[in-house]
Amino acid sequence: MSIRIALAGNPNCGKTTMFNRLTGSSQRVGNWPGVTIDRKEGRLKGQEGVTVVDLPGIYSLSPYSPEEVVSRDFLLNDRPDAVVNIVDATNLERNLYLTTQILEVGIPTVIALNMIDVIRKEGVEIDKAELSKRLGCPVVETSALKGDGLEELIKEVMAAPARGAGSYPRYSDGLEAHISKVSELIKGHVPDESVRWYATKFLERDSMALEAVPAEVAEEVEKVAAAMEKEFDDEADSIVAGARYDHIGGIISAAVKRDDRRGKETTSDKIDKIVTNRWLGLPIFAAVMFTIYYISITTIGTLGSDWVNDTLFGETLIPGVDEWLSSNDVNGVLSGLIVEGIVAGVGAVIGFLPQMLVLFILLVILEECGYMARVAFVMDRVFRRFGLSGKSFIPILVGTGCGVPGIMATRAIEGKKERRITAMTTTFIPCSAKLPIIAMIAGALFFQSAWVALSTYFLGILCILMSGVILKKWHSMTGAPAPFIMELPPYHAPGLFTVIRSTLERGWAFCKKAGTFIMLACAIVWFLSAFDWGLNMVDDIQNSMLSDIGMSLKWVFVPLGWGDDWEFTIGTITGLVAKENVVGTFGVLFGYAEPSEVGEEFWDIVAARFGPGSLGQLAGYSFLAFNLICAPCFAAIGALRGELGSWKDTGKAVLYQCALAYVIALIIFQFGSILLGGGFQIWLLLAAAALVGLVYLLAAKDPFKAIGRGLLRRPADE
Amino acid sequence: MRTLRDVKVGEKAIVVKVKGEGHLRKRIMDMGITKGCEVAVIKVAPLGDPVEITLRGYDLSIRRQEAESIEVE
Ligand SMILES: Nc1nc2c(ncn2[C@@H]2O[C@H](COP(=O)(O)OP(=O)(O)OP(=O)(O)O)[C@@H](O)[C@H]2O)c(=O)[nH]1
Ligand SMILES: [Mg+2]
Repeated sequence: MSIRIALAGNPNCGKTTMFNRLTGSSQRVGNWPGVTIDRKEGRLKGQEGVTVVDLPGIYSLSPYSPEEVVSRDFLLNDRPDAVVNIVDATNLERNLYLTTQILEVGIPTVIALNMIDVIRKEGVEIDKAELSKRLGCPVVETSALKGDGLEELIKEVMAAPARGAGSYPRYSDGLEAHISKVSELIKGHVPDESVRWYATKFLERDSMALEAVPAEVAEEVEKVAAAMEKEFDDEADSIVAGARYDHIGGIISAAVKRDDRRGKETTSDKIDKIVTNRWLGLPIFAAVMFTIYYISITTIGTLGSDWVNDTLFGETLIPGVDEWLSSNDVNGVLSGLIVEGIVAGVGAVIGFLPQMLVLFILLVILEECGYMARVAFVMDRVFRRFGLSGKSFIPILVGTGCGVPGIMATRAIEGKKERRITAMTTTFIPCSAKLPIIAMIAGALFFQSAWVALSTYFLGILCILMSGVILKKWHSMTGAPAPFIMELPPYHAPGLFTVIRSTLERGWAFCKKAGTFIMLACAIVWFLSAFDWGLNMVDDIQNSMLSDIGMSLKWVFVPLGWGDDWEFTIGTITGLVAKENVVGTFGVLFGYAEPSEVGEEFWDIVAARFGPGSLGQLAGYSFLAFNLICAPCFAAIGALRGELGSWKDTGKAVLYQCALAYVIALIIFQFGSILLGGGFQIWLLLAAAALVGLVYLLAAKDPFKAIGRGLLRRPADE
Repeated sequence: MRTLRDVKVGEKAIVVKVKGEGHLRKRIMDMGITKGCEVAVIKVAPLGDPVEITLRGYDLSIRRQEAESIEVE
């Protein structure tokens, strides 16, 4: 016997936390609505043949954003054997609105009264027997976070399919009369168990539901709806929604025995008074972001990274490997591959693990505590002006950890235009994989100044805002702005277990990447740098295959100030596989001379290659800017394809990103070098043209029509 | 007709009608803003928009422009 159980409920009620508990998985959770954007299946722990399906959160069964459609389709068309309707007990009234609709679908349902730990603390008492009686289905008190009530929930769920569907809510007699009329009309056209659901949805004039019946039936239904509107002197959808809430009002007054929150200021209100305060809101947001990056990149993070680089690699691992290889008489090519390729390359990257872990911990706390929704609230006004929505900030913040979940998080943005622009621009913000590049440039050229890192975040935001302005003029991007109606969930202290698990999860993903893609890339880079086209080992790297490849491409980046060094070009290319590869490649190309001194020594070489003084710094910064803004890694491009829907659009988006990166780096270097007294270069004219083009795109009303339809190219590149 | 947009911070109002159509209207009603429901405006975002309101025991953020389609008394 195989059983499928769906977890359904409002956004942010704890479905994924419950799913992780039930199946032992570690799907992403967070304290804002819209974390889960696709359905996920897992096996119930300790039971044979039971599949649990986690669904994106929905407010009703008439969804509109794409991830919400997933949930409705699953419940209606895939018909799971039982539904666990997770209800946030701290927000009972609105959560039960969905419950009334789920019960009508006619699938056996069990209600998990979740977050029970919170309401107990707040002095709310819910009579679960009364609730169960009134709703006509079993109710189990749970805390997904603490793991309470799970056994009872599983017991009830396993019994549910045999017990069958319970009763559905009954509304006023007047409304019931109309519902039965519609039910008669549609019988036979829709699945028998769900007649009630379809009947009420038809009365609401739900367009997706109406597609299920032939046009003449729909016409008859419309007559009933019109008659009802006349009788109640109100609009149909408003009548039905009102009836549901009236019904829920009755349930609440019978089942909620005590509510100490009433009329009192909650802790969340108090926090919000400060955090989203008119005057303090924006400074606090800036301070929070500054603190996160300051702590992870400079202070605690660097302490850890220094230890890994100097002690673990510098003094222990590399000499150890060296010794072992020589004492075992390992073949020269193989030992070259291991020491100069893999250890130097992967080592240069893995050294940043402590910094990343610190960043991950802070981001997980930020995601869990409930601040993300407030950021959207505080920033909406700014972002709307630039063609985005306050909700765009959530993917951007998630993207500071990793661009892939960042891009996927855009799915919870309702407006198509805002969603697509956010997906295309999220990766401008430096992700954790770009952190090593930032740290390398800051360390090699800027005396580890924290301002380098901070400036890259500002640069990222600037690019996002500029792109918002430019892209909203792009033809396929027009469309009505979507509403911004967002729940502000109560703050809560992040669970220790969740923080540790999510942090390790992300750290582990990085290690896996280091052990696979990055290792492979470093091995390939080493191989190409150690042999010539005739596969003879070379003494001088300038005779290698890699040198030839780099030489043939490096002219592209000459205007950006990267000079004659083809290594920078190669680093940029390998960065497409994974951004950590930029540093890994440098580790292989610059770091192997003295394998015992991976850290500082190789930074000195990097610094020397960019040239002396402030012009060298400028070139380094131009390198940094290009690598941060240009096409993200392949994984992120794949995620972008998932959100944009076609490779064609994805290609255009990537092209746009690269073009923007080029223009920005060009402007930075050329104008910077004039200011710093670097002398006139012919490329300055190109930079000036690029600047004019950029301003034109920003200022003109419909620049793309003028440039040529569907062609996304900046004038500077032509 | 007074709309939610006109309600000042700290004031309460009762919803009379949700205007508009499609997406926005549906979303507003799904969030519990229905005829007869009591809504309190508790805060304005730092830059003046959106506003934060409380209804049915929870907090919601809504833009002024959208608040305009909610008639209140
Ligand atoms: N105190 C407490 N917090 C909980 C409980 N269940 C979930 N949470 C927290 O509530 C927040 C939302 O949890 P998720 O599991 O991501 O919610 P979801 O229903 O999957 O949300 P979406 O995917 O956005 O629809 C997280 O911060 C959880 O840690 C609970 O029983 N008690
Ligand atoms: Mg979820």
